[in-house]
Amino acid sequence: MQTNDRQAIQQIFSGYQGQRNELIPILQDVQGAVGYVPREAMTKIAHFLNIPESSVYGVVTFYAQFYLTRQGKHKIRVCQGTACHVRGGRRIMQAVEKKLGIKPGETTADYKFSLERVACFGSCALAPVMVVDGKAYGRITSQKAEKILESLN
Amino acid sequence: MRIFPKDMKEIILTIDGSKVTVPEGTTVLEAACSAGIYIPTLCSDEGLEPYGACRMCIVEIDGIKGLPTSCTTAVSDGMTVRTDTEEVNKVRRMICEMLIADHPADCLSCSSNQKCELQKVASYLGVTQQRLEKTKRESILDNSNPFFGRDLSKCILCGRCVRACREIRGVGAIDIAGRGDASHIATITDVPISESVCESCGECVDRCPVGALAVKTEILPPTREVKTLCPYCGCGCGLVLGVRGGRIVSIRGDTDNVVNRGSLCVKGRFGLDFVGAHDRLTTPLIRRNGKLEKASWAEALELVASRFREIKDKAGPDALAGFSSAKCTNEENYVFQKFMRAVLGTNNVDHCARLCHASTVAGLARAFGSGAMTNSIGEIEHADCIFVTGSNTTEAHPVIALKIKAAVQKHGASLILADPRRIDLARFAALHLRQRSGTDVALLNAMMNVIISEGLGNKDFIASRTEGFEEFKKSVEDAVPERAAEITGVPADLIRQAARMYAKAQRASIIYSMGITQHTTGTDNVLALANLAMITGNLGKESTGVNPLRGQNNVQGACDLGALPDVYPGYQKVDDPAIKKKFEDAWGGSLSEKPGLTLVEIMNAAAEKRVKGLYIMGENPMLSDPNLNHVKEALEHLEFLCVQDIFLSETAQLADVVLPAASFAEKDGTFTNTERRVQMVHKACEPPGEARQDWEIICELAARLGYAMPYRAPSGIMAEIASVTPIYAGISFDRLEENGLQWPCPDRSHPGTAVLHQAKFPCGKGKFHPTPFREAAELPDEQYPYLLTTGRYLYHFHTGTLSRRSAGLEIISPSAPFEINPGDAAREGVVEGDLVELATRRGVVRARAVLTERSPAGTIFMPFHFKEGAANMLTNDALDPVAKIPEFKVCAVRVSKLNP
Repeated sequence: MQTNDRQAIQQIFSGYQGQRNELIPILQDVQGAVGYVPREAMTKIAHFLNIPESSVYGVVTFYAQFYLTRQGKHKIRVCQGTACHVRGGRRIMQAVEKKLGIKPGETTADYKFSLERVACFGSCALAPVMVVDGKAYGRITSQKAEKILESLN
Repeated sequence: MRIFPKDMKEIILTIDGSKVTVPEGTTVLEAACSAGIYIPTLCSDEGLEPYGACRMCIVEIDGIKGLPTSCTTAVSDGMTVRTDTEEVNKVRRMICEMLIADHPADCLSCSSNQKCELQKVASYLGVTQQRLEKTKRESILDNSNPFFGRDLSKCILCGRCVRACREIRGVGAIDIAGRGDASHIATITDVPISESVCESCGECVDRCPVGALAVKTEILPPTREVKTLCPYCGCGCGLVLGVRGGRIVSIRGDTDNVVNRGSLCVKGRFGLDFVGAHDRLTTPLIRRNGKLEKASWAEALELVASRFREIKDKAGPDALAGFSSAKCTNEENYVFQKFMRAVLGTNNVDHCARLCHASTVAGLARAFGSGAMTNSIGEIEHADCIFVTGSNTTEAHPVIALKIKAAVQKHGASLILADPRRIDLARFAALHLRQRSGTDVALLNAMMNVIISEGLGNKDFIASRTEGFEEFKKSVEDAVPERAAEITGVPADLIRQAARMYAKAQRASIIYSMGITQHTTGTDNVLALANLAMITGNLGKESTGVNPLRGQNNVQGACDLGALPDVYPGYQKVDDPAIKKKFEDAWGGSLSEKPGLTLVEIMNAAAEKRVKGLYIMGENPMLSDPNLNHVKEALEHLEFLCVQDIFLSETAQLADVVLPAASFAEKDGTFTNTERRVQMVHKACEPPGEARQDWEIICELAARLGYAMPYRAPSGIMAEIASVTPIYAGISFDRLEENGLQWPCPDRSHPGTAVLHQAKFPCGKGKFHPTPFREAAELPDEQYPYLLTTGRYLYHFHTGTLSRRSAGLEIISPSAPFEINPGDAAREGVVEGDLVELATRRGVVRARAVLTERSPAGTIFMPFHFKEGAANMLTNDALDPVAKIPEFKVCAVRVSKLNP
């Protein structure tokens, strides 16, 4: 963790009382500021809330929204839910994996892309769906997916 | 079973057709259990909060839909419960089958075979075949801890380990991480357990119902088990030693023991390797041509007796002295001091209590008339406010720390911590006052100034139970918090808050230890704590009092049985003619009325050749005493030194004769723990080689000096103790098997005394003593700019003679460190792990730096366990004028980084 991340965490703590029910909002703020929840941050949060650090880890690993490693600049999510599966979601995922050279849950070495599989976005009418940095692309094909990735920098 | 208040409302319910009566608040599971009805369960365990995870304890209850878990359902009047119906068992069988499908079920080679609770439940439910498809899990092994292994593939996620670690130990090294079928027990970021905050207490291992957590060395089960006591600190925890082929093969906490209820610390559970160590002394040794050589018992005993006789004839009895042992039993301490007094004719007998709680004995005897813990360990949990000062309880008295943590975590007590270091208990403290070491009196006087000036004192108690208040009150009139803030460095406002918190509590308990006593102001520190308890009336009631935590397993007993230079057993003064007459009648012959020398005085007298012969039983002054260069010189000046020990300790290496003794595991007898509880020690195995019981050796020596001590067994010695010691008068072995007895126990029908001073003090009224502030004997200056303080680590004990023979403890805590604040370290150019030279006016040692905020700026902390970096080369042997205790806790030190 870098000095500015440590400062950011101290800044976040100043907005809280140190009650244990503040754990999830603090984790969200820390992830917002740092990009993920590093181990050192978990230890600091544990001390701030006076709870065991293993419990902070327990909560971080329970929720899919929290990351334990540094994430890429662009977050690519490919749906593998029922509707997308039926309409070739798996092929989209394979194409993206090949293009980026990583598996779901991984980040490229240059920290440009992180890839995730998602069970359903609730946009089944648009299946198959890929979401890039929060923007959904529907009725996608392998070629379109590759083009979208190429357009990002 | 939980303990309920006596006036709790009773509930009557029906379980499987039988009427069951239990107190309100009981769970259905507990009620069934109390009626002898078995309900299978995997996640419920003694002392843990109900959890409802395993779903195995489901029952049918009329009026409640579905199948509620009996462990989380409270009883109510008229409830009708059925525990063993077809519907219930069908669901239980399904749960069991799913658990087994996700479990290796390699029972034949599992170390928990026959002990496994999943096996027991499966057997009860008749689950014989694996009907469901097995899950495939990688074996996830973590063997990083030296004592136990973790095999998560066997884990059934009952959560007992997680809850024990958090609820009982207050540590929280592990929790359940992940979700769904990825759920698993994890440390933070799944690091190996040895890299987590785990303290290796083994509570989780003890509570694991399957084989996921297992002690590495427990391969074959013991053939018999023996209940005895832990030989380490003064908590007095009950142990169950498993023995096979004459060796200890398993250790567990005694769940019946009222002190620890099965809990232990890492040393008690895993640190007993020393008993079977290969370097135990097995024959007597005699120094010939400068070397210690093997000798026969007859030869060695004859030599010791003749040398003692020679010195006594030539230079008088007071040229002899003896150090008794806080590690030996009460019976052995009694026989030792009797030997010194009745056989050799001197009162020069003392022991290491001089170095730890002499100021407690002196201070509390003056204030109350009796120098021991006023209340009991179990009561701590129910105090509203606990004031801990000068006690790193988590590390030095781990099982007592559990009660403090429980008081805070379970019952909402407020903990006030006054300690310069940020010790573990700071996590639980409502207020942490970090006074400069050696300024305790100033801090306590200021708290009392606040209590008196704000009218928070207990006027009735002061008027009816105490004397000397007016004079005392004047002495603290000027001790305002602002002035104390300048001296102690604790903000005035924090002192006020602490004073109010302590004074306003209904039941406030003071707990202290060597951070209070090991000062040249040690007696004043203790008197100030006594004053604090008296002005608020926190004495003579449950969960209150002034509670010194004694350091050694039997240091209380060694004091009780007269291993002190000024008192016979039971604190009866040697210079009181009536008492002297009583002991002369009991022991035969004439006794000296002249109080003897204290431990440090004996060392000084030896250096000056006034004491010429010294008999040391089970002590290691060559590491435990202050200013070791001086100790070595003193011991070398002796004409004759006899050391009786289980190892060739640093001290024994200087002896003329070494006598091999039995360890605690090879003995019968009693220890008295810090709460005055006399408990039984039982022999589990035979001593190695020719090693003998300490009391037998002393009796042999006495016989050779023409004095008969015809004891046949420790029980007979206790009978004699009871006949001459009023506070032990009602104690005999046949009364001690269950829970022991707390003294005073004046007669055979007396149940023992949990709370002292209930109606009156032994000295009538409690006495206030003004305690004006004095500085420590040596303060940091330009030449020696840092303050050095010493203490214990969790993983070792005292001089390490016992704990450092445990390979596992040595892995966790291998070598001499010192702790320094990161700011100070930066100034000295020291980084983590640097080898550094520490120097005081008395000596120099080398140790590795540990940079930590635990140490306040300007203060260096060093544990005293390590001979390769012996803290006591540095410490100051300046004495408290009253108690003659040395100032281990404050001296001035210089730090110099060694060139790489």
